[in-house]
Amino acid sequence: MNRRKFVQLSGMGAALFSSGMVQGRIISAEDLMMPGIDVTAKKRLADVALNAAKSKGATYADVRIGRYLRQYFFTKEMRVENIVNSESYGLGIRVIANGTWGFCATNDLSVDSIAKCAATAVAIAKANSEMQEEPVILAPQKGVGIQTWKTPITKNAFTIPVKEKIDLLMKVNGEAIKNGATFVNSNLFFINEQKYFASTDGSYIDQDVHRMWPTFTVTAVDKKAGKFKTRDALSAPIGMGYEYLDGLASEKMSILGKPTVYRFSYDMVEDAILAAHQAQEKLTAKTVVAGKYDMILDPSNLGLTIHESVGHPLELDRVLGYEANLAGTSFATMEKWESKTFEYGSKIVNFVADKTQPNSMAAVGYDDEGVPCKNWNLIKDGILVNYQATRDQVHLLGEKESQGCSFADSWDSIQFQRMPNVSLQPGKEKYGVADMIKDTEKGIYILGRGSSSIDQQRYNFQFSGQLFYEVKNGEIVGMLDNAAYQSNSQEFWNSCAKICDKDDYRLFGTLFDGKGQPGQSSAVSHGCSTSRFNGVNVINTGRKI
Amino acid sequence: MEILTKEEAKKIIDKVLGYSKADEASVELTGKRTGNIRFARNSVSTSAETYNLSLSITSVFGKKQGTSTVNEFDDASLEKAVRRSEEVAKLAPENVEYLPMPGPQKYLESKGFLDTTAKIDPAQRAKFAKDSIIPVRENKLTGAGYLEDSAGFEALGNSKGLFAYNKSTSVDFSITVRTADGLGSGYGSGDFNDSALMDTKVATKVAMQKAISSRGAKAFEPGKYTVILEPTAAGELISFMIRAMDARTADEGRSFLSKKGGGTRIGEKLLDERVTIYSDPTDKDIPAKPFSSEGLPLEKVVWFDKGVVKNMSYSRYWAQSKGIAPILAPDGFIMEGGTGSLEDLIKDTEKGILVTRFWYTRWLDPQTLLYTGLTRDGTFYIENGQIKHPVKNFRFNESPVIMLNNLEAMGKSVRTRGNMVPPLKIRDFTFSSLSDAV
Repeated sequence: MNRRKFVQLSGMGAALFSSGMVQGRIISAEDLMMPGIDVTAKKRLADVALNAAKSKGATYADVRIGRYLRQYFFTKEMRVENIVNSESYGLGIRVIANGTWGFCATNDLSVDSIAKCAATAVAIAKANSEMQEEPVILAPQKGVGIQTWKTPITKNAFTIPVKEKIDLLMKVNGEAIKNGATFVNSNLFFINEQKYFASTDGSYIDQDVHRMWPTFTVTAVDKKAGKFKTRDALSAPIGMGYEYLDGLASEKMSILGKPTVYRFSYDMVEDAILAAHQAQEKLTAKTVVAGKYDMILDPSNLGLTIHESVGHPLELDRVLGYEANLAGTSFATMEKWESKTFEYGSKIVNFVADKTQPNSMAAVGYDDEGVPCKNWNLIKDGILVNYQATRDQVHLLGEKESQGCSFADSWDSIQFQRMPNVSLQPGKEKYGVADMIKDTEKGIYILGRGSSSIDQQRYNFQFSGQLFYEVKNGEIVGMLDNAAYQSNSQEFWNSCAKICDKDDYRLFGTLFDGKGQPGQSSAVSHGCSTSRFNGVNVINTGRKI
Repeated sequence: MEILTKEEAKKIIDKVLGYSKADEASVELTGKRTGNIRFARNSVSTSAETYNLSLSITSVFGKKQGTSTVNEFDDASLEKAVRRSEEVAKLAPENVEYLPMPGPQKYLESKGFLDTTAKIDPAQRAKFAKDSIIPVRENKLTGAGYLEDSAGFEALGNSKGLFAYNKSTSVDFSITVRTADGLGSGYGSGDFNDSALMDTKVATKVAMQKAISSRGAKAFEPGKYTVILEPTAAGELISFMIRAMDARTADEGRSFLSKKGGGTRIGEKLLDERVTIYSDPTDKDIPAKPFSSEGLPLEKVVWFDKGVVKNMSYSRYWAQSKGIAPILAPDGFIMEGGTGSLEDLIKDTEKGILVTRFWYTRWLDPQTLLYTGLTRDGTFYIENGQIKHPVKNFRFNESPVIMLNNLEAMGKSVRTRGNMVPPLKIRDFTFSSLSDAV
């Protein structure tokens, strides 16, 4: 299945997709449960690669042996459009020779092939060193020896029978239609990365990473009026097993009797029923009057704004110009960080980068350079204090060890700097969403991820959502339509006036975040509590053709 | 990897079909070599070359289908792949919209394979990069660029006797040049089937000139402006419209082509009468694969004729349900343009904004095809036929449908990102806010 077909089937348009969604060979569902090669065999193959690289003149080498399993479901109304089970397996070798990176990958894991691949990686490094202006400086990383890490899951999604998953989606679609949806697409995405890393530093790390995302789009059509409206699922892609779909009542939150939102357990059927009703409600919702509003943003909406206006601008490779030709650079330049006074947000704004956060999608034990994962401050009391960096960048920040932000989406992709989980810390005083609405005179309360766009230096952005509720004098008075909020990243975060406490803290995530040339995909979560931003510009996006 | 010939590919496909015990079976055989080189901060950052030869077999029992893929080509591996696809098919849920596979077809000839491109090696890739990096360095600017080339083939066959074969090559290059003070940024690009046409120096020169002249941008108020969209910018918006021309969604009432009260807008004049857009896999400038993934022939299709919606795309299933022949979505489109150049359009403009390219363009409303995005890497103010000064980047909120009703003039169509698009002069283009990004 090609990418275009995938996007059509998923019915999710162009939001946050990369080319790395469907890779590898198609296999049966049963094969997804077969174990990969034994860890001792991986160590033997890794040593072949490392020794071959060293013998050809590499001063550093690392090798990744990856087995990537994916199972995706695509349904539409009461039929299954496709089920994709795929496996991708192979080995990638990265070296430094003549102070320059070189890389080669192969799916032929014979000793001869691995040795040849290592030699090629060294040859590429030497060839490219002619155009190298500065040699690679690698932060020291003590070898961690033999290590293992596994996403803490209770139900491996691949062991759940295909029929059970289809039955769930058919129930989701059936209930949506029964409750007034004209159309419905639903999807399940399950990913398992079995990654083995070894380096000349003396690390041999075996990791088993699980992620999943249940989602749908419900459409209500009014043919007479020539109108249609959609509502997407309020689930989050998450670093959990199939247990996320248990739909535990304890993990649901009803906001003033309006939408229900979910924490670490998702009720897909219930959300589809709500979505069907809300898509119909949107058909007759009042069109927004453009102007300044206090925006109350649920984590299901604010998460994407965090991703674009904080996560990406603080990637050090962007700041330095390595992404200039595609994704762009960043307004958060080095001198702003060096000043130690750059007010990225108001004083209540604290952002933490954390690759150890439970249930998050970027959580692993070690990054793809063998660096143990950790957490650190990015924005402290509103001030920019740090970036996200890899081993070859961190010396620029005056730090002696990497922050562990290296990732490659496949064994045949070159690892580079990718975003860790970047999360807004909750407010310290007891304060809930009901309190926030009560304290708002003229506002809009937004839930769900909608259209998003931000400039190449991450100043000007425009975001939409799934559900818009008008707030007047402390009460929700009705649903709005055609709304999008526009701001500048720094102005927006400085307008952050209130953040709900930890009881409201939830995760947003993106399973297919694209970056790089050629494009690679990564998964990342963003946590936050519902937050209010005062005096934000809202535009009306309604037009006629 | 050698590109398999038509005969070699057919031999493998016939062998695989010979192993099949299914009601119907189809085989797709693809082979591709891709190479790339990426640079930033005036140094090569990464470079790679990959090879892949892969075979995919789909088996069907009744309306149940299963697919498996293999990249080993000994008899045992091929037969195992066939058996696996049959096992998957038997376990699969029934696809109620499944249609029997098509039989033998006739295809147009597409000339998208060029030896020059197929023979690109790491040394030539490095030269392409060097030709770009050296002038940037010499001008004390900073360049980030990416070149990707590919050569490959695709062959299809099925148990009904269908066989299709096509080979193609491509080379794409883009560069963004920034000034040392970070106040200027410019973009240049090129994409071809034939690498002999690729001159990275030319694209780099454009990017350097734009970077230097975009320093010191002045802020303009957001609002409605006359714009000149360079082909890269215009093509991006128009491609969204072409991708949204599916008949089924229009019939179902959820498309910009749905009519109030039911039905579609086919036959309606939706755009300016100078707008004619078609696709043709045999076009000499953008040759494309002449068959679909199912092996149906792709032919010339006129999508808009003098502003009138002439055709929409119909999948086999939807076409059958409507009692018509399928019309397949194209790989690339050709928008007929005028005869003048971009410079001629600028010369004929009293006041306007020149846009090099857009960035982060996303839909806002699928019903009106309203999109938002930003200008980037060279936005300039035109007065009395001349570029006066750079302006700060804008965010736009605009629909290609509205835009192509506000058409003032068109230049000559050029190839950009696999399409043929003219530079367009558009009145009342909506810029909704300013961006500080350079």
